[in-house]
Amino acid sequence: MEYLAYGAFFLTLAMTYSIICLGLNVQWGQTGLFNVGVAAFVGIGAYTSVLLTTPETADRVGGFDLPIAVGWIGAALMSGLISFFVGALTIRMRSDYLAITTFGIAIALQLCFQNLEPLTGGVFGVGFIPRAFSGIQDDALLFNYANLGLATLLVVAIYVVLEHLARSPWGRVLRAVREDETAAQSLGKNPTSLRLQAFVLGGAIMGLAGAVQAHFIGFVAPANYLPMMTFQVWAMLIVGGSGNNKGAIFGAVLVWAIWALSGSLISELFPPDQQARAASLQIVIIGVMLCLILLWRPQGVLPERQSISKHLGQRNET
Amino acid sequence: MSPQVLIDGLIAGATIGLGAIGLTLTYSILRFANFTHGDFLAWGAYLTLTVSGFLGGLLAGLGIGEPIGPFSFGWGLPLSLLAGAGLTIVLTLILDKILFGQLRRRGADTIIIVMASFGASMALRSVLEFIYTANPQYLTRELQIAQPVGFGMRATPDQLLTIAVTALLVLALHLVVTRSSTGRSMRAVSENPSLAGVYGIDVQRVIRVTWVIGAGLACVAGVMSGLLVQIRPYMGFDLLLPLFAAAILGGVGSIPGALLGGLIIGLAEAFTVQIVGAEWRAGVAFVVLVLVLIIRPTGLFGRTV
Amino acid sequence: MTALAVKGFQAGYDPDLPIVKGVSFAVKKGEAVTVLGPNGAGKSTLIKAIAGQVACLGGQVTLGGDDITGVPSYALAKRGLGFVPQTENIFAQLTIRENLQIASELVEKRRRAGQIDKMFDMFPDLKLRPNDLAGTLSGGQRQMLAAARALLTDPPVLMLDEPSAGLSPKLVGQVFETLARVHAAGVTLILVEQNVRAALGLASRALVLVDGELAHDGPTDALQDSTTLGRLFLGNRTREVAR
Ligand SMILES: Nc1ncnc2c1ncn2[C@@H]1O[C@H](COP(=O)(O)OP(=O)(O)OP(=O)(O)O)[C@@H](O)[C@H]1O
Ligand SMILES: [Mg+2]
Repeated sequence: MEYLAYGAFFLTLAMTYSIICLGLNVQWGQTGLFNVGVAAFVGIGAYTSVLLTTPETADRVGGFDLPIAVGWIGAALMSGLISFFVGALTIRMRSDYLAITTFGIAIALQLCFQNLEPLTGGVFGVGFIPRAFSGIQDDALLFNYANLGLATLLVVAIYVVLEHLARSPWGRVLRAVREDETAAQSLGKNPTSLRLQAFVLGGAIMGLAGAVQAHFIGFVAPANYLPMMTFQVWAMLIVGGSGNNKGAIFGAVLVWAIWALSGSLISELFPPDQQARAASLQIVIIGVMLCLILLWRPQGVLPERQSISKHLGQRNET
Repeated sequence: MSPQVLIDGLIAGATIGLGAIGLTLTYSILRFANFTHGDFLAWGAYLTLTVSGFLGGLLAGLGIGEPIGPFSFGWGLPLSLLAGAGLTIVLTLILDKILFGQLRRRGADTIIIVMASFGASMALRSVLEFIYTANPQYLTRELQIAQPVGFGMRATPDQLLTIAVTALLVLALHLVVTRSSTGRSMRAVSENPSLAGVYGIDVQRVIRVTWVIGAGLACVAGVMSGLLVQIRPYMGFDLLLPLFAAAILGGVGSIPGALLGGLIIGLAEAFTVQIVGAEWRAGVAFVVLVLVLIIRPTGLFGRTV
Repeated sequence: MTALAVKGFQAGYDPDLPIVKGVSFAVKKGEAVTVLGPNGAGKSTLIKAIAGQVACLGGQVTLGGDDITGVPSYALAKRGLGFVPQTENIFAQLTIRENLQIASELVEKRRRAGQIDKMFDMFPDLKLRPNDLAGTLSGGQRQMLAAARALLTDPPVLMLDEPSAGLSPKLVGQVFETLARVHAAGVTLILVEQNVRAALGLASRALVLVDGELAHDGPTDALQDSTTLGRLFLGNRTREVAR
């Protein structure tokens, strides 16, 4: 009974990571943009939705008590907006400037989460966020299943939309730009604007995921959006298979499982006073795994179908 | 506002500048933004700390463990720094051999190499945390009193030493790069690696030289930061954004630019701490980065983006 | 004596897509050979691959009898295989003197200064402002610097990719005069050219490359009349005859 509830809880979180991963796949897999600030885009979505949906509180600005669905939409819009600014600034420059800038925005937003206390609740964050299905909260199993159902439904919906988009003319041109910018340019396509659109779409999806996650776990705090999260999501996408939406979902579940299992293994093996230290081994495992995959199977477990992306494959040294 | 801000900023900026020089060199010669560079600073500091732990007892036994002159540390630290720098260099060369070099050979895209460096940085940092725990450590237990240095400013002898060491190292490196044949080869490889091969330059050797310089300077910067503040596994991560911002502000590939960029960021941080508050310090580098990208993406002395 | 030879040579930018598809020829010591062919035939790819700049996908290259297949380009430069690429053949952000200094490191220390001076004498244009960035040179002067850099090391074998591209007729004359002198001094030349007339004047033998394959290998006399050349260039395909 307890295991079933935990299983549902685990899978729901895995589903929220799948949404983040799908967003990242639009940016990286389809477009080749390296976003090192995933956690920030997820976090901004979470905080935006919290601001919109929590009831008014004395010591905090905001709390508009709006329905959760409005919070979700607001989250996607806000993350999309921030993505637009970051993208507009860096997308036309060499590819690693986007990486550095997104890395920077993650640090800057983390600071904002911590320091803009009247808005974000500071380092302790905000608790008692309205949850979906709060009416059945007392029945843990039913509550978890309802949430899992909702999260899965969202993943499927986003998956279907993204697959449709990938097959649309827009998706085809996007891949063409990724593979051969000059050729796409000569066809009269504007690569910068296409990339920007993809970056914004991906960011909006991440923001939505952040809101879904926040309403599920019931609180937000800056510590939820550390670079660690960015790193996990990247590992998920690269392991699962960049460019492949099924791979993104599969990778999210797989890496989240590895993470949860290695976590419980560590708490079994190490004495309590050594556990914080041992937890760093989890990160080492994921980091090494990421590098090994980049070295030996850059296309991931489930490779992209149409064509192996040139940016992952092998070219000759010149 | 007290003039002390100036000297505080310069001291912090010297560390950032030294770190940024290594970053800008690897950026322009290996052609990728190396996210592990911050962790080289942290590893350099920890390796030096470890060596000095062994060496400290030995030197004390010889009766030369006492602090040198006005400084807070004895001969053990400079000696350990040499060993630590050597070990940091070995670390980067190994990393290049098993990771970056492999990807280069396969003709992987720049951005894949950047991603690998991101993964490696997380792993490197966590290994430090596993070995040394997250508790801060110190290179010296001596307390130093800040002496007046004129214009109402005060600095400890250690702080002044870091400024002097930075100035010397940067000058030496600038001469090497502009005057020596190795420096000429480095500039050639940074402009066009395949043409460098045609000219008879062994590009792999130049790459190794670049790692040696970058890692050596990273270790010195890490130790300086450890001496003046403290050593933590996350120190490299916290310095990474300032390093990138300094390198881009100075113009990728420019050594004087990286130092100047570092000093500007150090000063901007010190002013921010004074005017806005210490909790916003870490955001300064981001603001500088965004301003540079908007106003002059090539940086102060940069050539191309 | 063979200076350079390739056998069943394949090369290209993508392992599954060879651009040079199995080419064999040998160049004798002191010979001047020109490689002709329509645009995109793979001439540049061929000599870049010989020089170690493009991956060799099959076959063998020998230099003075030694197998040099897969040897990196810097090592080939040390072994006396000079190469001037078609484009981007100088370091624009280094000074003219620095360009020559880098090349001079391939010769013994005591000869370096002398060799640089020799090049300055051979190409007086370069001597005018030796400490300016090479990027400030005109197109013709850049080609001179590129040639000077390659000649400085006295390479026994020299390969040039379209040294006359984009030059005025007068400069083309100059370049070919220089090459004739170099050749007369005993250097083996392999010259890719679009300027067929000038190339045929210098070289005694021509290789015609069409679509990555050798369509002709023989003395230049036979090619002097343009109909033969036109037929060769066209191959089986309908394509514009090169100038
Ligand atoms: N760096 C490269 N990557 C991929 N393909 C290339 C590259 N350089 C050339 N090619 C392709 O190789 C083929 C042959 O090109 P190459 O430059 O060897 O021809 P060429 O005979 O020298 O032509 P030209 O007379 O125009 O100089 C062309 O189809 C070209 O598109
Ligand atoms: Mg060519």
